[in-house]
Amino acid sequence: MHRVKVKVVEDALDANTTIAAANRADFDRAGVTVVNLMSAPGAGKTSVLERVLGDLGGVRVAVLEGDVQGSLDADRLTSLHIPVVQLNTDGGFGGECHLDANMVRSALGALPLEDIDLLIVENVGNLVCPAEFRIGEDARIMVASVAEGEDKPLKYPLMFRACELVLVNKIDLLPYVDFDLDHFLHHLDAVHPGVAHMEMSARTGEGLDAFRDWLVELPARARRQVPA
Amino acid sequence: MHELSVSSAIVDTVVRHAAGRQVAAVHVRLGRLRQVVPSSLAFYFALISKETVCENAELHQEIVPARLRCRGCSHGWEIDMPHFRCPQCGAADVVVETGEELEVESIDVEEVAQCTV
Repeated sequence: MHRVKVKVVEDALDANTTIAAANRADFDRAGVTVVNLMSAPGAGKTSVLERVLGDLGGVRVAVLEGDVQGSLDADRLTSLHIPVVQLNTDGGFGGECHLDANMVRSALGALPLEDIDLLIVENVGNLVCPAEFRIGEDARIMVASVAEGEDKPLKYPLMFRACELVLVNKIDLLPYVDFDLDHFLHHLDAVHPGVAHMEMSARTGEGLDAFRDWLVELPARARRQVPA
Repeated sequence: MHELSVSSAIVDTVVRHAAGRQVAAVHVRLGRLRQVVPSSLAFYFALISKETVCENAELHQEIVPARLRCRGCSHGWEIDMPHFRCPQCGAADVVVETGEELEVESIDVEEVAQCTV
């Protein structure tokens, strides 16, 4: 036996990127715009969706719910009368902490792609791993709640850089928590200069209209970016 | 737990390239911006590689510094803290030149010596 060096020079996530591209091709064929919604556990992803998805004008929406276990979030969305598909990740090594392109691919058959314009993929609550795995989405949005602390962009730069829009949720709690919004936005700008953000409260409804409008306009915006 | 998913991606990549040969060492290049903790990655790599051709392979990790360049004024610099605005002109339009690597650079595999007689 002797040792041989084999040159590889390959991104470790290449396999995921390839599957993400296949997902993307399927989404494009069906004319579906896809959002990857990410946040820490408890930041309010499902609550925001509950409040905005019921009224998206003519935009037909479906949700793919990623959770380690159970269907609690999917159940919360049933009253919206939109297609909701649950994707559990607990078949893996103790339950995957994120969705990757292959997991999303495995759920494509359950999604009515031909009948929707917009698919929201609610990722597993986690501020680290979801940022590493593209799933074939058009836009990545993260929810950061004021209860989490103003220093989070500095602690999780990977996540705060891996999104095109930051939803600052639970602003109704600002009087009760040590969270200086200016400091947070300053940190956010340092980590991801120029990234768009919206301030809101899924509980009171404040600021949700702007996000609803953003979602309604997203399919048209995404189509303009796709080369013919 | 980030290191768990990263090590699993590394093992998958290596197994594909090893083509059945036993792997003695894996050389990876990890950008500073990927927030990978080397000791944690080594721990998970040892765990994930069990019962694969990577079992007991040495994991060599080269950490690549985060270098940025401003598209506006062409200033180039290295960062330790996650501050991405250009310190010269304050612009937001900044390119990450290095620091986002998550690359399997090479592997050392065991091959049966060919008889040359």
